[in-house]
Amino acid sequence: MGATTETFYSVIRRQGITRRSFHKFCSLTATSLGLGPVAASRIANALETKPRTPVIWMHGLECTCCSESFIRSAHPLVKDVVLSMISLDYDDTIMAAAGHQAEEILEETRAKYKGQYILAVEGNPPLNEGGMFCIDGGKPFVEKLKVMAEDAMAIIAWGACASWGCVQAAKPNPTQATPIDKVITNKPIIKVPGCPPIAEVMTGVVTYITTFGKLPELDRQGRPKMFYSQRIHDKCYRRPHFDAGQFVEEWDDEAARKGYCLYKMGCKGPTTYNACSTVRWNGGVSFPIQSGHGCIGCSEDGFWDKGSFYDRLTKIKQFGIEHNADEVGMVAAGTVGVAVAAHAAVTAVKRLATTRDDAKDSAKQDH
Amino acid sequence: MMDAITRPAESEPNLAAIAADAAGERAIGRPTVYVYEAPVRICHWVNAFAIVVLMITGYLIGTPLPTVEGEASASFVMGYIRFAHFAAGQVLAVFFLARILWAFVGNHHSRQIFYIPVHRKQFWKEVLHEIRWYAFLEREPKMYVGHNPLAQTAMFTGFTLFVAFMIVTGFALYSEGEGIDSWQYKLFGWVFSIWPNSQDVHTYHHLGMWALVMFVTVHVYAAIREDIMSRQSIISSMISGERQFRE
Repeated sequence: MGATTETFYSVIRRQGITRRSFHKFCSLTATSLGLGPVAASRIANALETKPRTPVIWMHGLECTCCSESFIRSAHPLVKDVVLSMISLDYDDTIMAAAGHQAEEILEETRAKYKGQYILAVEGNPPLNEGGMFCIDGGKPFVEKLKVMAEDAMAIIAWGACASWGCVQAAKPNPTQATPIDKVITNKPIIKVPGCPPIAEVMTGVVTYITTFGKLPELDRQGRPKMFYSQRIHDKCYRRPHFDAGQFVEEWDDEAARKGYCLYKMGCKGPTTYNACSTVRWNGGVSFPIQSGHGCIGCSEDGFWDKGSFYDRLTKIKQFGIEHNADEVGMVAAGTVGVAVAAHAAVTAVKRLATTRDDAKDSAKQDH
Repeated sequence: MMDAITRPAESEPNLAAIAADAAGERAIGRPTVYVYEAPVRICHWVNAFAIVVLMITGYLIGTPLPTVEGEASASFVMGYIRFAHFAAGQVLAVFFLARILWAFVGNHHSRQIFYIPVHRKQFWKEVLHEIRWYAFLEREPKMYVGHNPLAQTAMFTGFTLFVAFMIVTGFALYSEGEGIDSWQYKLFGWVFSIWPNSQDVHTYHHLGMWALVMFVTVHVYAAIREDIMSRQSIISSMISGERQFRE
C-alpha cells in the first residue's frame, strides 16, 4: 500500500477519474477552504507533484460514526479522490488486510515515513486498569497510540471522542476514557470535533494538510479556524426569528410549523462551534435545525454532561437536586430577601423595646 | 483609615448648622465629613443603573418574552434587549475601570472597596463587632467615616470581585458574536481556555447575576438600616458626598 512513492494525481488517473473532474475537485476544495481563485491551481499542482502523505487511521473507544461520516463525503469526487489521494495505509475497519498482515503495515510505515505520516485517531484510549478496556491487536489501545504517535508528523483527533472524550468519557467515566491531547502532549494535534464531524469538514482538513504539508490555522482549542470559528447560531437561517423574538414554545405549536427559532427548546446553537449551518449535511441537504430540532452541541466539550439536550441551561448537580443556574439563583436570592425582611422585623421590634426601656429609665431618673 | 470614631468632634464646624441657627432654629452640632468624592458618587449611580438594566435584560435574554406575532422583519425584540444588555455592559465596564483609576488618585475612602486588610488583627476584631451588631448582640454601633469593616469586606467580595467576574465573562460571551478576530476575543478569549464549552460560562454568568441580586438586596437594606440605626447618614452621603453624624 504505502510501499511505492507515487503522486496523488497518478493514483487518481489510475482510478479512472478524468483530468476535468480532477480540476473540478481542486476548485471545489479551494472554495470550501475559502482560499481564493489562485489556490485551485496550487492545489492541483501540489497533488500532481507531491508524494502522497501516508495516513494511519486508528480506532480507539468509538462508534465508527466518524468513519461513517467520512465515507459519505457528499460529492462523489471528494470521496473517491480523498480515499485514494491520502495514502490511507492503515485503517483496520475498512482495510482488506487483517491480523498480522495488517499490523505489519504499522511497523513498516513507522520505519519508512518516520516523522512524515499523519496519525488520524478516531475514538480515544481508556486509561483505567492499564488501558484494558480497549484491546487492539492483543495490546491496550493506549500503547498502540503512543507508539504510533511517537513518529507521526501530526495527529488528527477525529470527532468528539478523540477531541473531548464524548459519551465514553461522560460522568462517571468508569473506563477513564481520555481525549488524545491529554495522552499525547509532544505532537501537534488538530481537533476535528463533532459526533460525527461533517464529512466535508473531514475531507477539507485532510486535503489542507496533504496539500500544504502543515496543519491549518487552529483556534485556542486546537480546532481548524476555517470550520470552527463561528457558532451554529451566527450563521443559522432561523437567526432573524431569534432577533425578532419569535420562538418555538412547544414542539407541535404553530411557531414550530412556521420554523421559528428553537432557542427556548434548548437549542445549543448559541454555544456550539461548527460548520453545520453553512456546510450542512448529506451534501448540503439539511442540518438538525433545518429539520426542526435544536442543535445538541455535539462538537462541544463534555456535551453529554451539560444536562438535557432540551434545556438552555446546564443543570447544577452540586446541590443534591438538579436545578439550573436560574433556579438555584432565584432560591438563593429569595432566601436572602426573606432573611433581610426578618432582620428588618427584628430590628424594628428591638428598637421599639429599647426606646420603651430608655423611656422607663428616664422616667425613673425624674422621680 | 477605617478606625472607629466614637466622637467625631474634631471635625470642622458645620456651616450649614450655623446657617440654620440664623433662621431661628435651635442649633444642633452635627459634624460632617466629606467622604465620597464626585467621581466616586457618579460611578456609584451609573454602575447602579447599569447593573439594574443588565439584570433585567440579562434575565430576558436567558428567558425570553413570549413569541412576537407577525413577520420577523417587523420586530426586533430580542435584538433591542440584547443591545440594551451589551450597551449597559460596556457602560459598566468603562465606569468600573474609571472607578479603579480613581482609586489611585482619590482619597483613601475611594480605595476601600478594592481590598481587605487581611493581615490586620484589629480589622477582624472590628468585623466581629459589626457581625455582633447585626446579630443584635451589641447595643451600640461604632461609627465610621467610610465603610465599616464588615461593609468593606462585603463590598470587596460581593461587589468588586463579582462585578469584575461578570465583566470578564460578559465580554468573553460577547466576543463569541464578535468573532475570534475581535479585540474582545483577544482580551477575554482566555476564559474559554478555562471553560472550553461556553455553556459553562453562561451558567457561571447566570450565577454571578444572582449573586449580585443578593448583594444589591443586602446593600440597599444595610444602607437604609444603618442610616436609621447608626445615627449617621448613609444614603444621602452617596448624593452629597458628606457623612453626617447625628447625636
